[in-house]
Amino acid sequence: MEKALTAFEKIWNKHVVKEEEGKPALLYIDQHLVHEVTSPQAFEGLRLNGRKVRRPDLTFATMDHNVPTINRENMKDEISIKQMEALKKNCADFGVKLADMYHPDQGIVHIIGPQLGLTQPGKTIVCGDSHTSTHGAFGAFAFGIGTSEVEHVLATQTIWQDKPKTLNVQVVGELGVGVTAKDLILAIIAKFGVRFGTGYVMEYTGEAIRNLTMEERMTICNMSIEAGARAGLISPDETTVEFLRGREMVPEGEAFEALAEDWLALATDEGAEYDHTVTIHADEIEPQVTWGTNPGMGVPVSASTPTIADAEYPDEVKRALEYMDLEENQPITSIHVDHVFIGSCTNSRLSDLKKASKIVEGKKVKEGIKAIVVPGSFLVKQQAEEIGLDKIFIEAGFEWRNSGCSMCLGMNDDIVPAGGRCASTSNRNFEGRQGNGARTHLVSPEMAAAAAIEGHFVDVRQFVGVPS
Amino acid sequence: MEPFKEHKGIAAPLNRGNVDTDQIIPKQFLKRIERTGFGEFLFFHWRFDDDGKLREDFVLNQPKYENATILLAGDNFGCGSSREHAPWALEDYGFKVIIAPDFADIFYNNSLKNGILVIKMNEEQVRQWMKKAEQGLTLDVDLEKQEITDADGTVVSFDIPPYHKEKLLNGWDDIALTLLEEDAIQAFEEKRA
Ligand code: SF4
Repeated sequence: MEKALTAFEKIWNKHVVKEEEGKPALLYIDQHLVHEVTSPQAFEGLRLNGRKVRRPDLTFATMDHNVPTINRENMKDEISIKQMEALKKNCADFGVKLADMYHPDQGIVHIIGPQLGLTQPGKTIVCGDSHTSTHGAFGAFAFGIGTSEVEHVLATQTIWQDKPKTLNVQVVGELGVGVTAKDLILAIIAKFGVRFGTGYVMEYTGEAIRNLTMEERMTICNMSIEAGARAGLISPDETTVEFLRGREMVPEGEAFEALAEDWLALATDEGAEYDHTVTIHADEIEPQVTWGTNPGMGVPVSASTPTIADAEYPDEVKRALEYMDLEENQPITSIHVDHVFIGSCTNSRLSDLKKASKIVEGKKVKEGIKAIVVPGSFLVKQQAEEIGLDKIFIEAGFEWRNSGCSMCLGMNDDIVPAGGRCASTSNRNFEGRQGNGARTHLVSPEMAAAAAIEGHFVDVRQFVGVPS
Repeated sequence: MEPFKEHKGIAAPLNRGNVDTDQIIPKQFLKRIERTGFGEFLFFHWRFDDDGKLREDFVLNQPKYENATILLAGDNFGCGSSREHAPWALEDYGFKVIIAPDFADIFYNNSLKNGILVIKMNEEQVRQWMKKAEQGLTLDVDLEKQEITDADGTVVSFDIPPYHKEKLLNGWDDIALTLLEEDAIQAFEEKRA
């Protein structure tokens, strides 16, 4: 019998162009996604050296980080305009497909890849963006790269990679009602820390993972980078196949069935060995809220901020609490917010918006809170509007915006002011991430919605009828 | 890329764990389309207050570190966003070597691609140097020998993957090297088509 392999090993083996003992392997890249912030210097490098894009057909670009979510026609920020113009020119000069600000396929790069079906099981996918780990939800090997590597992939369609080790994150049991994929990944990072994944591809396994929808799986894999992992991955199964059926960039009919069979064969073999395994019990997880300045600084909503003296790194906890303007031992539910952001490549898909809308339907955003919903793509926005989600949000007092990265990193005008405090469905609570001096608490869309209504963090399970 | 062989310089201690690339270079400076000129924005919100005045309590603002070229950093340095603007800023500011117990993956690669020597060193040693650096510490980093010599003559060796070492020593351009593999890449494409 052949050796049992993990999904990652199967993908790796299929993409090695060249491998020599003691050196990184040269890996072929099937899909290169490009956005405006991390690509201009790469295209410029090609130009300076008289090189071309080797496979424009395997390259796809969009604008997401800079794009305004309101008044797109009246952009004022000259430097942003220049950066987007640069992408437009680069794509035209080098023959790369581009979904620009007005294109129906526009959206956050990690939302549109799956949406178009560019993201498929078994592919190697790179993008000059750390949250490329998102695409691993399909059983692809997908990872973020720097701009020099973007240039390298553009020029050669390959990348030099040290083979990462494999880490099995085994999720035992089932998530409770009102506890989401976001809570699961936040709990995993809180438990194991922001660097336990360094050097690994993290594969999420177990019943709880199998029962997740593709959109939920993307939320999990998206945040693998916050644990330091090279990539996140979930073995493809019927859920994966059904999600991709009928998408624009996948074949139809028999060709699809044949492809689907190949995809399913990529799943990790029974008995395959990982370099390391950790286990987490899903049924013990509560809705999570981060209190600090990295994604590992999180606790269940029923808990309090930590005690400085008891912490493993007291200085870091002290600094984080100071930045966040919180006391030690402060109950999470006593934290009031003035901003709520529902969006980002972690939680801006249709199902996220649906779930958040259920919480706010017929209620009002607490006075004094600025709450915005930013769909992940043009299409998500359109689909949400078709089922009336925009009205629910607007009636509740939310602003309903156009798609983009928006307040996740505040490169456009969507920023949290200094001293402001935001319940955010994004993935990073770093100092100043949402605006200089802004304080970010990472939560699920449901928890963010509930905080908007109540004005402070609450256990969302109160809203869905489960005693907390 | 300039070859890197040896470097002697003043070490500055940045004693914080998990320093993310959002801190190294905040997002408002990512809109430029050039590769150069990011140094003035390095650690922007740590170096400057809201009125743009230097924060005297931030380590790199102390006069004794003004000409520092070696950064002693905490664990998991460079985590978060993949922005290569982070090593660009560090390099432009004047850093040639970064020594830390561990680095985030993408940052580590990005730095090497820009000729910054990133050295993983055990935590205890980094801590000792950080302490010495408070009084003033010059380190002599020899890539060829994989050794760091302290001002009092203590020699500490370090590890670096041979592949990266060779590239740094020669200042080789990655893409030019890979293009030498054109036949293999083409054969791979043909096999799959
Ligand atoms: S939504 Fe945020 S995390 Fe995702 S790609 Fe955009 S800026 Fe990066």
